[in-house]
Amino acid sequence: MKLSIPEEEVMGQGHLACQGCGAALAMRYALKAIGKNTVLSIPACCWSVIDGPFPHSSVNIPLFHTAFEAAASTASGIKAGFEVQGKDVNVVAWAGDGGTYDIGIQALSGAAERNDDIIYVCYDNEAYMNTGIQRSGSTPYLAWTTTTPVKHPKDRPKKDLISILAAHRIPYLATCSVAFPEDMITKFKKAKDIKGTRFLLIFAPCPPGWKSNPENTVKIARLAVETRIFALIEVENGRNWKLTKKVRKPKPAIEYLKLQGRFRHLTEDNVAVIQKNIDEEWKILMDKVGE
Amino acid sequence: MRKVIIGNHALSYGAKLGRAQVIAAYPITPQTEVVELLSEMCASGELDAKFIKVESEHSAMAASIGASATGARTFTATSSQGLALMHEVLHWAVGARTPVVMGNINRALAPPWTIWTEQTDSLAQRDTGWMQVYAQNNQEVLDSIIQAYKVAEQVQLPAMVVLAAFVLSHTTETVDIPEQEKVDDFLPPYELEYKIDPDDPHAFGGLTGPDGYFELRYIIQKAMEDSLSKWAEVGREFGDHFGRTYGLVETYKVEDAKELIISSATLASTARSVIDYLRGKGKKVGLLRIRVFRPFPAETVRSLLSSVDKAIVIDRNISFGSSGIFYQEVKAACYNEKNTPPIFGVITGLGGRDVGEKDIINIYEDVMKQDEPKSDIIWKGVRI
Repeated sequence: MKLSIPEEEVMGQGHLACQGCGAALAMRYALKAIGKNTVLSIPACCWSVIDGPFPHSSVNIPLFHTAFEAAASTASGIKAGFEVQGKDVNVVAWAGDGGTYDIGIQALSGAAERNDDIIYVCYDNEAYMNTGIQRSGSTPYLAWTTTTPVKHPKDRPKKDLISILAAHRIPYLATCSVAFPEDMITKFKKAKDIKGTRFLLIFAPCPPGWKSNPENTVKIARLAVETRIFALIEVENGRNWKLTKKVRKPKPAIEYLKLQGRFRHLTEDNVAVIQKNIDEEWKILMDKVGE
Repeated sequence: MRKVIIGNHALSYGAKLGRAQVIAAYPITPQTEVVELLSEMCASGELDAKFIKVESEHSAMAASIGASATGARTFTATSSQGLALMHEVLHWAVGARTPVVMGNINRALAPPWTIWTEQTDSLAQRDTGWMQVYAQNNQEVLDSIIQAYKVAEQVQLPAMVVLAAFVLSHTTETVDIPEQEKVDDFLPPYELEYKIDPDDPHAFGGLTGPDGYFELRYIIQKAMEDSLSKWAEVGREFGDHFGRTYGLVETYKVEDAKELIISSATLASTARSVIDYLRGKGKKVGLLRIRVFRPFPAETVRSLLSSVDKAIVIDRNISFGSSGIFYQEVKAACYNEKNTPPIFGVITGLGGRDVGEKDIINIYEDVMKQDEPKSDIIWKGVRI
């Protein structure tokens, strides 16, 4: 039997992720695709804990911990350091949504504009989960977090980071989901062979933060795609948009929302607005992908 | 080769002769010429380095740390607001034990907007664990960068070479630019024991609880203490190679001095000519220029002060709510010493206001009229 996912595990055992952690799955799949000749630059995020405390590490590759806003800039420096020594190593900035959408966006934008030869990965769990579920620029409309309590849920949509990155005209940008490992691994393998700044966004559910059952992580991630809430796409050079997973008959958003306590306060009217937003955003996306 | 260059270009030549391999920098007045010349050197191939033109000083330092951790020699330069923006990652460079070398042009901090010289920007970083050297002329700027690489890589701590905005950064002076071969003899290639290497994977900077963190800080302090003798040793060795010897401090006519003027950087070079004038008037006064500020040469300072009747520290900086910063350091170094003379702290020249020979003579004469300091700050030249 031919396996579509590499058998080799680069990530080891003993990590400190919560049960059902999407970010742990994300790392496992990503490293299977990129391989061992890789270095991670990790800012403050869940993964700065997941990897394990000193002297332990659960990835069998070098991991350089860096400051919250410095995933991209540190990665650029690491890459330059290797280049001047004639070493060809994959350098991966690996950050959460807080470190990417918010505090790290400047360094990311700088690296992308310079087209530094790094792979930037954002595992997106849609809030500051490591600090205890505070809203980020990635938190979706009306979601509960500890800083967007039920009485004042988030009143703004999730930041459209993909369009921001596409506007940098980087050679490769893609979205992935932990529910679609083959798609993710194909994209990481493709990204690995491209030169310049590559950006991959991984949809990574967080059971404690989303108030969902750990056993539902993959199900929720799959539903996000099947409801058209999260599209699996690729964008090359900021211009060629492509859908890698078509969703012919989308499921209603409520199927995705009802599995998560962070949306438990939603009224029927709220859900209707969310559904309308999803439909509108999908149309905008279809214009870009030309379907 | 002797060349007439500005202080900023002395930094660029220092980085070039030090064979910096990765440069990450962001422009700020009055530092821009440093990175302009380095850009040209990289573009022409005169310097075989990768220049990352980052979007902020924070990224400049973060990239320098990343590159240094792979075993590449790095250089950056900044000033004032840029150094302040780096603050978080200045600590990171120390904790990560990356021997990044940086030039900092002393410029006063805003608001109000200003570009002229003052030392508060770099002195506000004194507790980060960066080694700091204050240069008094362009030759010393260049020479100190080369020495900084040697010391920094031995003790695995970062180092900044500091120079005054405009007074040095934009002032041309004759500078001897050593031959590359001679610098290579003096400064071996950067060898890092623990580096980012996929063939020997480790996590760097992982979560450390109270069981381990304390010792890491102890080790950094020991490295800093150890660096004191390294600076002295490397300064002497530099003299053997290039004919210009450097110490932790520089003294002038202190042997029989009854009074000591203590200062740093370009203020100290102005004070030196004042010493000659005052000596001509029969005054027994000498000069102590503090060159290496971190690590602080406390023992040297103590022993020099123990033989004088009065010491005057002239600061072009201020720690609000306290006093001048060199004054604090000198006083702290001498506190437990029996033979400590009265120490007077003068603050002058903030925001680049000119401090000339007459001002220093004036300071000296004022202090001579007092037996003991009445407060921790003697303001000189403030028009209020």
